Amino acid sequence: MSAVRAWLLTDIPQSRGQAQCQRFFLAWLVFRKNGSAVAGLAIVAALVAGALLAPWITGSAGVTPDLGDRLRAPGLPHWFGTDELGRDIFDRVMWGSRITLYIVGLVSVIVVPVGLAIGVVAGYVGGWVDSALMRLTDVFLAFPRLILALAFVAALGPGLENAVLAIALTSWSPYARIARAEALTLRQSDFILAARSQGIPHLRIIVSHVAPMCISSVVVRLTLDMAGIILTAAGLGFLGLGAQPPTPEWGAMIALGREYLLDQWWVPAFPGLAILVVSLGFNLLGDGLRDVLDPKSRD
Amino acid sequence: MNPAASIEVTGLQVAFGRGRRAFHAVRHAGFSVEAGGSFGLVGESGSGKTTVLRALAGVLPPTAEVRGRMRMHGEPLETVRPRALRRRMQMVFQDPYGSLHPRHTVDRILGEPARVHGLDSIGSRIGEALTGVGLDVSFRFRYPHQLSGGQRQRIAIARALIIEPDVVLLDEPTSALDVSVQAEILNLLQRLRRERALTFVLVSHDLAVVSHMAEALVVMRAGEVVEMLDVAALRTAAPQHPYTRRLLRASRGYDRAAASEF
Amino acid sequence: MEDCRDPLLIVDGLSVTFDTPRGAVAAVRDVGFTLGREKLGIVGESGSGKSQTGRALLGLLARNGRMSARQHSFDGVDLLRAGEAERRALLGRRISMILQDPKFSLNPVMTVGEQIVEAFRVHAGLSRREAHDRALAMLEAVRIREPRYVFDAWPHEISGGMGQRVMIAMMMVPEPDLIIADEPTSALDVTVQLQVLALLDDMLARRGASLIFISHDLNLVASFCDRVLVMYAGRVVETLGAAELHAARHPYTRGLLACQPRVDGDGADLPTLHRDPAWAR
Repeated sequence: MSAVRAWLLTDIPQSRGQAQCQRFFLAWLVFRKNGSAVAGLAIVAALVAGALLAPWITGSAGVTPDLGDRLRAPGLPHWFGTDELGRDIFDRVMWGSRITLYIVGLVSVIVVPVGLAIGVVAGYVGGWVDSALMRLTDVFLAFPRLILALAFVAALGPGLENAVLAIALTSWSPYARIARAEALTLRQSDFILAARSQGIPHLRIIVSHVAPMCISSVVVRLTLDMAGIILTAAGLGFLGLGAQPPTPEWGAMIALGREYLLDQWWVPAFPGLAILVVSLGFNLLGDGLRDVLDPKSRD
Repeated sequence: MNPAASIEVTGLQVAFGRGRRAFHAVRHAGFSVEAGGSFGLVGESGSGKTTVLRALAGVLPPTAEVRGRMRMHGEPLETVRPRALRRRMQMVFQDPYGSLHPRHTVDRILGEPARVHGLDSIGSRIGEALTGVGLDVSFRFRYPHQLSGGQRQRIAIARALIIEPDVVLLDEPTSALDVSVQAEILNLLQRLRRERALTFVLVSHDLAVVSHMAEALVVMRAGEVVEMLDVAALRTAAPQHPYTRRLLRASRGYDRAAASEF
Repeated sequence: MEDCRDPLLIVDGLSVTFDTPRGAVAAVRDVGFTLGREKLGIVGESGSGKSQTGRALLGLLARNGRMSARQHSFDGVDLLRAGEAERRALLGRRISMILQDPKFSLNPVMTVGEQIVEAFRVHAGLSRREAHDRALAMLEAVRIREPRYVFDAWPHEISGGMGQRVMIAMMMVPEPDLIIADEPTSALDVTVQLQVLALLDDMLARRGASLIFISHDLNLVASFCDRVLVMYAGRVVETLGAAELHAARHPYTRGLLACQPRVDGDGADLPTLHRDPAWAR
């Protein structure tokens, strides 16, 4: 253990890999001190673990009705009770975490590269390119997210993939703005001027000098936005425009459980609680990441 | 045209913005530097000295409007210029904390320009560049935040020299450093200049540094050259222009009587 | 010169330690001095602990910093024993600090004049009208040529030299007995630096206040102050009268003096400083 620590903290790294590991380790040391951020990380880790381990920790896939076991209150063997079709709610929540993770992952994979590319190019190149890209961004920024998502899903047809696509299309613009703001200040920084004076090609400067400096604020913003994305996805599911039954998507589960809210509270309560906890987890994690990654809050 | 001149600047004007709101950073600057010479640009903030250097290096922002003529070995220096021409002129920046990419290792900082200019045996070149500026090869995989200010400035010098330029532009290379480190960096620069027959253009607010490093200098104020003089004239305290004399007096430390004359 | 019968500030055995991911780092180690009605310079290179010494005296250390001292008293009040409220009142009213960059010390969303008015209202309890007149007079006192214009200006609209004059004006409002100035002129042009120092000098003389002037510039400090402490690796290695600077005995001080380029030098290689590990012990 102490040998690993010494390797991670030495002043003289021997290789590129060691230098990389050191950077992450020092960031981790800062992150570790932030209690709520660690709690956030634990929640997100639990989400990932739940999704990965769902086949082993659940008794069923949560899709087959068992009408003899309808609307059981929480207890053994159904910790979270059962729903109106006799399906185990714990199993459904666990399998639902896969869908949540799928949404989160797919949205990130679309939003981060698109926002980053548009923002960095606009900020670094400037001039009319900047104006054109930013007007485009403004157009997307001007629509309320849920309404635009509704319109997209209405046009493309309901379903999980279309919901994700709709969310991604409506949420990349703030990332482009953040990346542009960072790129604008970086453009005149000495290390970028140094790269230019050395004759390093513009594309290379954009990709390997400017973009890496913008990534951290984009990731922080994404983590903080994740709660909103999960809620939008749940909202679409609730309206019947996202994942279709019997898929155990948390928003759709709440929508179906709505009728039982007064007498069988557990049917909508547990998926609702899952959304709350995961959203909170991403928010706490985002705050912690900002403390570690934000170049402005560090020297 | 002077055949011995490495760098010639005539009637240089640089303005940011257009029309009535334009800011004229350089109103009129002209000088020439002999090949192998060392030339100083002295002035206070707002004098335009750094803008002149950035115009030479071709790193002014696109909003800058440049008039006049700049040549290196007879070739015109435009803001957009061929990569091969950039290779022959390199720049060292003032702030060693800002001029190195914070997320790149020393290895990458030195290796990238060498790779871009198509040089071979990058690994051994990085090693030579490090030892050339008095650093151990063990610095190769460190990040800038693991280095002191003086070590960073050595890396910045190594980065400039790894692609073997003829001309090095120095923008206040030691003003962010401690005096004892400044002495080491100035000695290093002098040695490198002798060994590689480099031409230096040095910008500084510090008359002592310029007197130490340069053979001739111009004094700039509010975008204009007020006086061009030989370093001997500076050392014997015989500048002609009253502004230069004032700078000279202020550089000697606090003097209540001098302060009330300003 | 130092007046030992009436010391304003006595510091003994001052140490400052910072907790970092790599362990505790001692920034200031066993520093002691007595300050009379004088201008005392603290000189050292980066990492010598000079700034942290100044901050520790005001209780302004960063959150991971810890301070300890055998003695720390200001004008007869034992600050180690004093309660938090008493200490803060004393430090806030009788000691002022001037930092290197006025841009960070001035509130960016208030005009310069409003900030000085505010200071007068807080420290002297004046009415708005009186505070306004006093603020204008103060701007005039720091030799700002168009006080009305600067009064209405925003901090970003004024130059560095002007900003530092405004800071000096603000610091003078509570009529402090001691001013701690940390590199107050390092960001300024040399000619402006001279004017700002002359102003500071005059204000100190008028109020009979003392000064601790923290700087990296040995020559500047020696020409401005009465006495100089030279710090190295958190310790005071030498204390000198400003006039006897060139009779410095410690090899560090001598090395520091020798390695500076001179306008009338010959351009030969500069002597470099060879650091002896024993200095830091």
